[in-house]
Formats: sequence, C-alpha cells, structure tokens
Amino acid sequence: MTALLEVEDLRVAYGKIEAVKGISFTVEQGEVTTLIGTNGAGKTTTLRALSGLLRPTAGKILFEGSAIDTVPAHKIVALGLAHSPEGRHIFPRMTIEENLLLGAFLRRDQAGIAQDVERACTLFPILAERRKQAAGTLSGGEQQMLAMGRALMSRPKLLMLDEPSMGLSPLMMQKIMATIVELRASGTTILLVEQNAQAALSLSERAYVMTTGEITLSGTGAELLRDDTVRRAYLGED
Amino acid sequence: MHELPQNLANGLMLGLMYGLIAIGYTMVYGIVQLINFAHGEIFMIGGFGALTAFAALPHGTSLWLALPVMILGGVIASVLTATAAERFAYRPLRGAPRLAPLITAIGLSIALQQVVWAFYPGAKKAITFPQFQGDTVDLGLFNLQRNDLFLLAAAPLCMLILASFVRFTRTGRAMQATAQDPDTAKLMGINTDRIIVIAFALGAAFAAIAAVAHGLRYGQVDFMMGFIAGLKAFTAAVLGGIGNIYGAMLGGLVLGIAESLATAYIQNVPGMHQLGGGAWANVWAFVLLIVVLLVRPQGLLGERVADRA
Ligand SMILES: Nc1ncnc2c1ncn2[C@@H]1O[C@H](COP(=O)(O)OP(=O)(O)O)[C@@H](O)[C@H]1O
Ligand SMILES: [Mg+2]
Repeated sequence: MTALLEVEDLRVAYGKIEAVKGISFTVEQGEVTTLIGTNGAGKTTTLRALSGLLRPTAGKILFEGSAIDTVPAHKIVALGLAHSPEGRHIFPRMTIEENLLLGAFLRRDQAGIAQDVERACTLFPILAERRKQAAGTLSGGEQQMLAMGRALMSRPKLLMLDEPSMGLSPLMMQKIMATIVELRASGTTILLVEQNAQAALSLSERAYVMTTGEITLSGTGAELLRDDTVRRAYLGED
Repeated sequence: MHELPQNLANGLMLGLMYGLIAIGYTMVYGIVQLINFAHGEIFMIGGFGALTAFAALPHGTSLWLALPVMILGGVIASVLTATAAERFAYRPLRGAPRLAPLITAIGLSIALQQVVWAFYPGAKKAITFPQFQGDTVDLGLFNLQRNDLFLLAAAPLCMLILASFVRFTRTGRAMQATAQDPDTAKLMGINTDRIIVIAFALGAAFAAIAAVAHGLRYGQVDFMMGFIAGLKAFTAAVLGGIGNIYGAMLGGLVLGIAESLATAYIQNVPGMHQLGGGAWANVWAFVLLIVVLLVRPQGLLGERVADRA
C-alpha cells in the first residue's frame, strides 16, 4: 500500500542558495502529519514545492503514486492537493463568500459548491455572519479560518496548512487545532506545518523535524513530544 | 454663445479616448505590475488594422457598413500584436528585475513604430482615414462633430462590457484574484498565464476601438499617433489610480476636460496670455498629473500601496 504523498530526496533552491537539501517523508491516508522546525528551516519552501509554486531542483514528489513535480501549480489543486499558505493570503478586496467560491474555482457542480459553502460556514460560524463583507476586514484568526475554509472548498484529498496558528490568540489557536481534529475525523488527510510544536505534535500521527533544510528527526507525534532534543528546541524546556 | 459647454464637450470627447486607451495600461499593470510602454503603438496598429480592413472592402461601401469590419480589423491587429509582445517579449522576463521589462517595452514601442513606417505602404506620411460626411450635430448647448458620435457610443459601452465581465464572469473573477495575489490565485487552480494574456488582449481591443475613434475624429492615421496618445493615456491611468479600471476612465475624463479648459482659458489669466492655446495643451496635462500626484500619490481612485500588502 502506497502513501498518499511520498517525497524523496527533495531539493529546492532560491538561485544558488539551497533551502531544502534532500528531504524524504511520507504522508499516509487519513493521518495528520506534522513538519516542525524553527524559522527558516525550509518548511514553507517544502510546501510551495509540493503545490507547484516552486520547482524542485532534484528529487521526486509522488501524489497517489504519480509524479507531480513538473505539473504546473494551477493543475495541482485539480489532483486533490490544497494549500493554505503561510500568512493566510486571503483575497482582501473580495467578500468572504467570493473567497470561498474561488476555492472551488475548478469545480462545476453548483449544488455541491453551495453545499460546501454552507459546510464551511457551519465549521466557522463567523464566516456565515460576515459573508458579504470584504475579507480584508477580518481579524487574523478569522482570516485563518477563511483560508482553511477556502482550501477545503476544492474537496482536497490532502490539505496542507502552513502555520495556521501564526499570530493568533491562544483561544483562536485552540479553535484552529480543534478544527484540524474535526477535519481528520471526517476523513481529510492533513499535512501541517507548525512552529507551535506542542499543540501540533499532540494531534499528529506522524511528525518530522526540519533543521536548516534537512529532516533531522522523525517519529510519531507522541514520540517526538517525549524526545529530549525536541523538548529543548521546540517546547522551550531545559 | 455657449463657449463653456462646448469646451467641456470637447474635453469629454478627448477624455473618453484617453480613458479607452488607459484601460489597457491599467489592466496590464494591475496584473503583472508592468508599464507596457508599447501600448501606444498597439493603439496605433489598431488604426492601421482598421484602415487595412476598410481598403479590403469593395470600393464605395458605405462607412456605416464598413465600420464593424474596420473595428474587427483593428481589434485583430492590436490583439495579435499585444499577445505576441506578451508571449515573446515580456513573458521571458517575468521574475527579472523590473527595469528589464520596462526597457523592453520602450524598445518594443520604437520597433513597432519603425516596422509600420518601413513596411506599411504609404505610412511614411500620414494616411487618410475614412470619415462620415455631414454637418456637426447641434445639441443645443454645444455641437458635436458627427464622427465623435462613434466614440460617444463606444466608450461607455466598452466600460459597461468590461465592468460586467470583471464582476460577473468566472474569468473576470479569476482576473481580480490574479491582480490581488497571483501565487494564491494559482493555488485556487487559476491559470495565471492565461489571465495575463487575456488582460493584454482586452486592453488591446479597447485601444483598437479608440484608434478607430481617433481615425474618424482626425481623418488620418500615422505611425507616430501612438506616442502622444499613449503618453496621455498613461497619464490618465496614473491620474485615476493605476490598476483601477474605473480610475482609468475617470483619469481620462479629468485629463481631457482639464486639457480642453486649459487650452481655452489659461490665456485669460493675467500674465499667462502666452501660455494658452493648443501648443500648451500637453504641458497642462502633465502639470495636472504632477499636481494630483503631489496631493494624492495613489491617484484619484487608487489604493495606497500599504493596503495591498
Ligand atoms: N523568496 C525567497 N528568496 C530567497 N530565499 C528565500 C526565499 N524564501 C525563503 N528563503 C530562504 O529559504 C530558507 C527557508 O525558508 P522557509 O522555507 O520560509 O522556512 P520556514 O518556513 O521553515 O520558516 C530561509 O533561509 C529563507 O531565508
Ligand atoms: Mg514558513
């Protein structure tokens, strides 16, 4: 049985500077997989390569067994891979509803789309209240919910979330983490990138630690939570 | 004597033309942050395309019947030129330092002028463009030149079509998304390369329609006609807030009316009697641009850059 996503010896560079230096990892169907690592480790670069926004210089990306590393970014969503980018990147001058609908840009099933807009609004009630409001007027946490809701609108097989808790209040962060658990329960496979290691590790089946472009440690979420180096580096313990 | 309404009407006509051309600058800028300085030449080539289509029709075809064919000929010529420029000149430079596409645009502008000058039969001098014959139209307060009726109908219609396109079609929404955040637009499944081509093509089509209006109004086309018209339209786009399609039209109108009023009245201001008349029109247009940018750097309808981050 093959994993949903298999990454083999992936390398990504910005000009001459290599930001991802040959990493390999897998994401299994139905699981939450987490990539943790300090700022600048190469997590965002990895996700941008997976969704086609950056071209790897070497390595393989297999999604459901087929190579996607030469597929243009706008065709990757159609394969079932959705990416909620770091910093949220909602479309600020469009309404919340228009943002959600853009998440379903490639779908033609109007009835299904309408149903999924409702589903996103149930998942995040704040979106329902502000439906016709410009997305730029939302708070950071609300924008994060919108970005997640928008990514879900393509009905992805794999949802990639880049630092969904960044800059959020503890309460908002809890809400986002609870949503991730809820999504997994409903069958969505998730690749989560986080600096907030405690929360992320405790809800993930599989986790990898990235340090300056390389994967230095891997295991189940529970294993990494117990690991001494992880505790020291990411959980602020000594 | 209705001097003021007449001057306003003249300015309105000029403004509609500037606005139509300005839309091309503003749409391309809004999506790829490129000032396509060859857009004036794309306008000029639209004029030659329309003229070629007219020449291909049987002798004595009425201008009313010829007009749709001329528009089509102009639009085809402009759109082909603009999309070829995008594909072969600008696309390879995407991601390069911003100066590179800018210099390319200026070079392309000169090259297109020279190609028309060298290869279009008779283009070494201005060529006569067909015009409607007949009196000016008396609208009570002011007169309109018969040939301007085309512009008066076409410009608002074009704006209406563009606004509905951007607002109500799937491609239009994809265009807005691409303008706001191109990478994220790709993540939604939008083929942003295609959107960029569409922006160039739409801007070129409007420039071609403006060129037909220009030809009708002045009764001629020449290979340099895109230079001043392009510069004015660029000014209009910046004045209105570059990136904003309504701003482009508003900027065009403000510029056209200001130019017309300055030409007529500046000489009455004590001490400025030598500065009136048509010779100074361009100067006043750019003075207006400088003044507006000093007070409102983002243009009339533009957003401050910080809002876009
Ligand atoms: N657009 C870019 N151009 C050049 N270098 C970049 C760019 N984006 C990120 N980097 C560099 O690549 C490395 C990895 O960055 P990133 O993937 O954003 O890390 P993380 O998401 O783990 O914080 C860092 O050293 C960063 O400075
Ligand atoms: Mg990052």
